[in-house]
Amino acid sequence: MAPEDGSAPAVGADAPGQAEAVATGGRRRTWRRALRRPPAVVGAVIVCLFALMAIGAPWIATGDPIRTNWGQLRKAPTLAHPFGTDDLGRDVYSRVVWGARTSMQAGVLSILLAILVGVPTGLTAGYYRGVTDQAIMRITDAWLSFPFLILAIGLVTILGPSLINATVAIGMAATPTYIRLTRGLVLSAAQEDYVQGARALGGGDLRMMLRHILPNIFSALLVQATVSIPGAIIAEAILSFLGLGVQPPTPSWGTMLNAAQQFLETAPWMAWWPGLAIFFIALSFNLAGDGLRDFLDPKDY
Amino acid sequence: MLDFLAQRVAISVLTLFLITLIVFTGVRMIPGDPARTMAGTDADEAGLQEIREKYGLDKPIPVQYVRWLTLAVRGDLGESIRTREPVVKTVAGKLPITMQLAGFSLLIALGIAIPAGIFSAVRRNTVWDLLANAVSLCGVSIPSFWLGIMLILLISVRLHLLPASGFVPFLQDPLGNLQRMLMPAFVLGAALAAVLMRQTRNSMIEVMSANYIRTAYSKGLAEWVVVFRHALRNGLIPIVTILGLQMGALMGGAVVTEQIFVIPGFGRLIVEAVFTRDYPLVQGVVLITASSYVLINLLVDVSYSLLNPRIRVKGSADGS
Repeated sequence: MAPEDGSAPAVGADAPGQAEAVATGGRRRTWRRALRRPPAVVGAVIVCLFALMAIGAPWIATGDPIRTNWGQLRKAPTLAHPFGTDDLGRDVYSRVVWGARTSMQAGVLSILLAILVGVPTGLTAGYYRGVTDQAIMRITDAWLSFPFLILAIGLVTILGPSLINATVAIGMAATPTYIRLTRGLVLSAAQEDYVQGARALGGGDLRMMLRHILPNIFSALLVQATVSIPGAIIAEAILSFLGLGVQPPTPSWGTMLNAAQQFLETAPWMAWWPGLAIFFIALSFNLAGDGLRDFLDPKDY
Repeated sequence: MLDFLAQRVAISVLTLFLITLIVFTGVRMIPGDPARTMAGTDADEAGLQEIREKYGLDKPIPVQYVRWLTLAVRGDLGESIRTREPVVKTVAGKLPITMQLAGFSLLIALGIAIPAGIFSAVRRNTVWDLLANAVSLCGVSIPSFWLGIMLILLISVRLHLLPASGFVPFLQDPLGNLQRMLMPAFVLGAALAAVLMRQTRNSMIEVMSANYIRTAYSKGLAEWVVVFRHALRNGLIPIVTILGLQMGALMGGAVVTEQIFVIPGFGRLIVEAVFTRDYPLVQGVVLITASSYVLINLLVDVSYSLLNPRIRVKGSADGS
């Protein structure tokens, strides 16, 4: 429902080479629509920067994130240590950089797990309906009744604390949301004429689900993934903060904040940077997700 | 109406049943001897035998489940491995503290979110709306435990305005209790406020574009009359549901908040229980939180149907 509509000129191109003009015009229009949402673009750029940081951690970090230095305990930020040092003399900047890898890994992988389990289950429930649907949805409802964090804590208790287990626990806790969402989307997509038509042409169940329904609900799932990754990142940080996720000395923003809490009076910088990092990554994902939602909304032209 | 209630209650009972099944299976997935799991590593052979008999651990799994469920329904969730106190008693002792914290957070969240959401909706697309949205987006993105740490840093360490942590019962020292509860309640309420504000705004925008609101305006009514007397009532109905669904986030948030501010509620209890491998206690807390979540949402749905006659007819929550 944006007031401006910048799409008219490209479509009205002359007959020769029209297809080409429409194609480039389409691409240009896509860009123009994207750039109309500066906060979303900024969010997406920052998300990419964090991803680069996670991948390039060995080159971006200035020092070893794990090596302790007893002569440099809790030193305030200096040129050599721009974010200061922690209670074991480790460089906070390097640890924040490496922490991006932990956070991204946990956030993306856990949501990927939730999608891998949740989407096929939701597809099955929504497509076959009836008893299958009822059974799946009742279990999903029960699963959803466990508060996200409490379920994750319970699962970590069973699995034991580690980054992988925390990731699995967060993924499992996020799964029912995807089952519900997918089922709802499938129910409405199955009503569409093109799906009915494909069915009339004799498409098999699997083909119907994968070729006709899934591509049409993909964008809604993508938006949901973008907005649930920050939640998963914060959940990982919380589990690690409580000591139930990443174990020391592996750098993680949550464990860094846990350590920082004991030295608030003498070394407050230990608490600033990991928290700011979580805040910015979550904010950027949310901005990008909001933008993506509007962008993929077909009504928004 | 009665049909709707009966259906809603039946679904809740089924959900509760499935919850017990999930919790039971979860505890059984812990590797090792289940009697050892329930009794603790330092239990002697007599203690183990007692547990085996109580839960019928030599019987088939379904029988064990029924026995466990029967005990659970009677309020017997076993004993804490660490303190040897009944789990129910331990949780009941901690619950009032967490409920006070959650109650305060709820007040703070509603106090911020509802006025801000209404204002944003009425002054849509103005600077104020933009600002409120930006603050709400930050509220969703800020990790609550970091917000807590930063508040302690600013208000307690730097400004010495409020105590950084600890808890005193209200009856013992009302002022001290409120002083210590203020920061944690704000931290816990902030994220909830952000979510509720967005919902209030969206819901009010939808209601404000309805025909009857246009009619009210064209009758020459003042804006505040239209907003508060006509729009608000319908606008707030969806908020009640969102509030119920957010109770889970509130319970989860309480775990972290209590950890930061050293409040001896049930959130701290579960973390301690996890570290000491006090499985019966973890199981009890998880079971109790999930069950209360179901019951709270049942109550929400029932009250919702009383508020909104359209729901009763359709028998589903999306009747608007």
